[in-house]
Amino acid sequence: MLSLNEIHKTFYPNTPDERLALVDVNQKLEAGDFVTIIGSNGAGKSTLLNTLAGSIIPDEGEVSIDGRDVTRLPEQKRAAYIGRVFQDPMAGTAPGMTIEENMVISLGRTKRRSLFRGVSKQLRERFREHLATLEIGLEDRLNTKVGLLSGGERQALSLLMATFTEPKILLLDEHTAALDPSKQELILRLTRELVEKHSLTTVMVTHQMEQAIEFGNRLWMMDEGKIIFEANDDEKDELTVPDLLQNFENIRGKRMASDRALLSK
Amino acid sequence: MITSIYGAIESGLIYAIMALGVYISFRLLDFPDLTVDGSFVTGGAVTSVMIVNGTDPFTATIAGAIAGFFAGCITGLLHTKGNINPLLAGILMMIALYSINLRIMGQPNIPLLNEHTLFTTLNNWWEALNLEAIFMAPFHWLGIADFAPRSFYALMSLLVLIIIVKKLMDFFLRTEAGTTLRATGDNQKMVRSFSANTSLYIIVGMGVSNMLVAFSGAMVVQHSGFADINLGVGMIIIGLASVIIGEVLFGKDKIVRMTLAVILGAIVYRIIYSMALRIDFLEASDMKLITALIVVVALVFPHWLGQTNAKNQYKKSKAKAASG
Repeated sequence: MLSLNEIHKTFYPNTPDERLALVDVNQKLEAGDFVTIIGSNGAGKSTLLNTLAGSIIPDEGEVSIDGRDVTRLPEQKRAAYIGRVFQDPMAGTAPGMTIEENMVISLGRTKRRSLFRGVSKQLRERFREHLATLEIGLEDRLNTKVGLLSGGERQALSLLMATFTEPKILLLDEHTAALDPSKQELILRLTRELVEKHSLTTVMVTHQMEQAIEFGNRLWMMDEGKIIFEANDDEKDELTVPDLLQNFENIRGKRMASDRALLSK
Repeated sequence: MITSIYGAIESGLIYAIMALGVYISFRLLDFPDLTVDGSFVTGGAVTSVMIVNGTDPFTATIAGAIAGFFAGCITGLLHTKGNINPLLAGILMMIALYSINLRIMGQPNIPLLNEHTLFTTLNNWWEALNLEAIFMAPFHWLGIADFAPRSFYALMSLLVLIIIVKKLMDFFLRTEAGTTLRATGDNQKMVRSFSANTSLYIIVGMGVSNMLVAFSGAMVVQHSGFADINLGVGMIIIGLASVIIGEVLFGKDKIVRMTLAVILGAIVYRIIYSMALRIDFLEASDMKLITALIVVVALVFPHWLGQTNAKNQYKKSKAKAASG
């Protein structure tokens, strides 16, 4: 489904700021896998996600989706396979446009955009049905400008827009980190529901260990650009936060650096 | 006085096409595009040269608009593929077009007074259909024939033209591609993440914007009876003034309403212009200054208003807290 072969990426090579962002990443995801990625700041989580999305092109190695080499495919072309939700709730929607217009744009992910009317009656019905599943009343506000929605509502809409066209891969980049706790819960619930409904292959980056353990069937722990620890299926089910911290210490010979990662809620 | 108002509405309708172009670049694509000063003349230059050489005015006008389309695409290319700042890309194109326009025209001024233009054609049709009498009839009945324009043909045909342009634009902006184009100016990152080539949208959007501008230029030279190399100086500011006046006075959220507001804004601007010209101590050459002032006021005033409102609200809430 998705494979990463010997991916390397160095930022600012041959300068004093040189940083190894990704070192020899080798992974494969099967259809329907849900992997959570955990690690401290600068561990390479976001770089890995951006490499998948195509906003970063690796120095070496190969990314392939469904057997097709997409390593050099630009971001907007690769987006035909990929749904994405960003950390910033403002990033995934166009604020000056209405909810239905935003959804029309998200429909274009998988097909060519035509010179036909964007929002048709049928589409509006379809949008309304999908929005209703969010259970936050957006289905009655199709003509509201997205800029007027709260952060939580915008993120829920982003999540819906990224998933309802059933991408091959869903990328979630700490998509709850900028929200307050009650909104976080809402978005996590929706994530679970939508991923199950469309049985999406998902990659979720998170700072919260509990989230990483609770969600998905696989877990990768990253540090200094490497995947230093992984747990799959049964192994992962038995994992606890102290286990993870212990593992990190055993492998790296140091304590996990980030306070944010330790403070799992 | 009355005639000058009809004249103002007429030119307002022509300049409204240009203002709609500026609306696309400035508001929808968030691209302050100075190409306008050049592409406006390009449209006029191409059309007038072709008319002088005997091409029929319809073809000449369309050719002028297409020339503007290409000029706009080049500005878009400079920005997206060449990574040049939007403002600078526009200035470069504007300067380049000055030379190109002179090349096209071969001389700084082309008179069209005795040529066969779009307006003479329309006038012929108008007289053949004898429409003037129909439009004049109500004025005669009411006994206000003195307040009627000298002829309705330009006013009515321009009105029909602008309605067609507006309808086409409304339609395009609400198609899937048009919706995406609008989102490109709103949140590029998001549009890319939904598999749209934002560079392409910017290039084509700039093309369409300048096509409208050049179309307007082509109409202006035929309406005024001459093309001049300096016709476009300050055109972008007139466009901005029209867009902003329209938004402030008539603007609403919906795109259909916005295009109407821009058209009305262009007409209001022309009326202000013709009024200002009637003030004794002002000269025609002062208009650029007045236009700049209109834009400054229109840009600054809502901002101030917002601040005072916020301040007043703060004071009120404080007073309330103190009393309660």
